[in-house]
Amino acid sequence: MVEADEPETAETTGERETTMSRAMVSAIASEMRDSDDVFVMGEDVADYGGIFDSTDGLLEEFGREKIMDVPISETGFIGAAVGAAQAGMRPIAELMFADFFGVGMDQIYNQMAKNTYMSGSTVNVPMVLMTAVGGTYNDAAQHSQTLYGTFAHLPGMKVVVPSTAADAKGLMHTAIRDDDPVVYMFHKRLMGIGWMPAPDGPKTSVPEDDYTIDFGEADVKREGDDVTVVTLGLHVHRALEAADDLAEEVDVEVIDLRTLVPLDTETVLESVRKTGRLVVVDEDYHSFGLSGEIVARATEGALADLSAVRRVTMPDVPIPYARPLEQEVNPGREDIIEAVQSTTE
Amino acid sequence: MYGWMVTARYYEERLQEEYLEGKQPAFDISAGPIPGELHLAAGQEAAAAGVCSHLDDADTVTAPHRPHHVAIAKGVDLKRMTAEIFGRRTGLCKGKGGHMHLFDSAVNFAGSGIIAEGCPPAVGAALAAKKRAEDSVAVAYLGEGAISQGGFLESLNLASVQNLPVLFVIEDNDWAISMPKGRVTDVGNGAQRAGGFDMPGKRVDYDDACAVYEAAGEAIGRARDGNGPTLLEVQVHRRMGHFMGDAEGYRPEGDSERAKQRDSIERMESTLQKAGIDDDTVDDIRDRSHQRVEEAIEWAKDQPEPDPDEAYNDVFTNPPAGWTPNTKPGQTESAGDDD
Ligand SMILES: Cc1ncc(C[n+]2csc(CCOP(=O)(O)OP(=O)(O)O)c2C)c(N)n1
Repeated sequence: MVEADEPETAETTGERETTMSRAMVSAIASEMRDSDDVFVMGEDVADYGGIFDSTDGLLEEFGREKIMDVPISETGFIGAAVGAAQAGMRPIAELMFADFFGVGMDQIYNQMAKNTYMSGSTVNVPMVLMTAVGGTYNDAAQHSQTLYGTFAHLPGMKVVVPSTAADAKGLMHTAIRDDDPVVYMFHKRLMGIGWMPAPDGPKTSVPEDDYTIDFGEADVKREGDDVTVVTLGLHVHRALEAADDLAEEVDVEVIDLRTLVPLDTETVLESVRKTGRLVVVDEDYHSFGLSGEIVARATEGALADLSAVRRVTMPDVPIPYARPLEQEVNPGREDIIEAVQSTTE
Repeated sequence: MYGWMVTARYYEERLQEEYLEGKQPAFDISAGPIPGELHLAAGQEAAAAGVCSHLDDADTVTAPHRPHHVAIAKGVDLKRMTAEIFGRRTGLCKGKGGHMHLFDSAVNFAGSGIIAEGCPPAVGAALAAKKRAEDSVAVAYLGEGAISQGGFLESLNLASVQNLPVLFVIEDNDWAISMPKGRVTDVGNGAQRAGGFDMPGKRVDYDDACAVYEAAGEAIGRARDGNGPTLLEVQVHRRMGHFMGDAEGYRPEGDSERAKQRDSIERMESTLQKAGIDDDTVDDIRDRSHQRVEEAIEWAKDQPEPDPDEAYNDVFTNPPAGWTPNTKPGQTESAGDDD
């Protein structure tokens, strides 16, 4: 728990540069000040402030009634969040690593996700399930998955994946205010924690006032005419680096999906209609997942415009521990560069 | 028992040194020769030695995320375990598992980093032993933070209704990362959980390896005789942070110092002294343990790293015909090329 860089002095514009974790925390704090119905439940969210700083500093302001450390019992406390949400509160439950979803999955996909539908909308579940995703630090198969596809595949939950501090804050405000269950998946490597250095990029200028970002609006993080790269989370930054490296030869457009449910198909289609070439970069497993979904939508909506499609993904193997093995499977900048180049051959 | 305990303690001191290499001056979890998380068990050795002394290779042990002391007492190959932690090809798991997921099938040792989820497989090992009328037993280790978890409670129930030869060992170090025991359970004595499943439950206060040995002996004897499961809670102490890099800002002043004062190894040394074992013998055991650790670390560091392509092996024992883990660059699919 080494302290991350603290935000620099406030500027007159009412914006300041901050880390993704500070941005998330500031949205949660602001929503908690506005409503007594918002509270946080999770393992190590109080004194520790969340293993990845997702609740850092909240205990001091809001106390243990609102920032609740709970027993290690994901079924119990995620389910309790479902119940509290159905009773009209707005809980935020933290599943420490997305990988641990199996332990509480019934509460997630049979209760949290389905109760609205099964009840014919006579109950609703306005909760946020926040969870850390991603590898790149050699924590092996049970602590490195992203599982975007798994959560997005199951109907009934909105799924959010921010890649910058500015997005993280706006999307968190939207998530807490949303009347449906939202799964908010943050990549550990983007949080700006001292012991896991972030790439350049996630630390952005963030307005101090509250603001929301509508779900289902992908963000074109870089405009380009030749190849569309569609991605999310950590790989937005890897794709941007790849695009910079390629700038002399190919003009790459980078689309950050930001939310998976709802998915902004239109922005993807618009872009591939312009470029004619699509590369999907995903830290999730290759088969039956996000990359296949994006390719399917692109071909359904813009087949005639497409001349090449590539996927750069985590292969269908559990994530290995040793550094050369993890580097092999985790899609890197070089893999993205190669894929982009191969679409123009 | 003393030998295992000092081996485990020294092993972790050395791992700590190796782990911190390359992570200075600013701690970066992914840097250095041992990346990823590292959970050390200094202060918990008595729970490993006292129980595993009763086990042989045919008995199964499942360990949680803090496994080294238990692995050492169970007789896991120290060199190959070390190579695994260093991410080497000749490691126990070819560099795929890492420190939280150590598997040594030669001595029936398995790990899991998911809290309490080693309990059901231990029950399964005991079930197999019962079905085959073998007299082996299974031991599942877990922390006191894990006793609220469904997987543990369901395991107690299944073991009890099936009368299986399994011992559940709770290592109570009072901390689940930053959460003290009192904040997450209302039972001070985790062995009380046994009551709800009609099985014996016993707690050993103080990390006294001999007291653990005695309590475990009784439980394992009962299991081998076909008299079913037992729940044992052992008081241990967490001398370090939850994982390396944990600044322990949540830990009250003096708590780690108190943990260090109650040292199972010093306690064992005074027990040995009282039993009339002379200092030379004790020194000799310690020296040989340290020697073994040094050899393991030296050997491990000399081992080759895995080849990147090895990442694609071992997903299946029997890979289905036509199955491929991905479309690698060069064999990627392309759509619409012929349009
Ligand atoms: C299902 C699940 N939830 C949460 C975690 C994260 N986690 C790892 S260790 C730990 C604390 C475990 O405490 P305890 O069982 O007392 O063991 P100790 O670390 O004290 O040895 C937690 C919450 C996990 N690995 N698996």
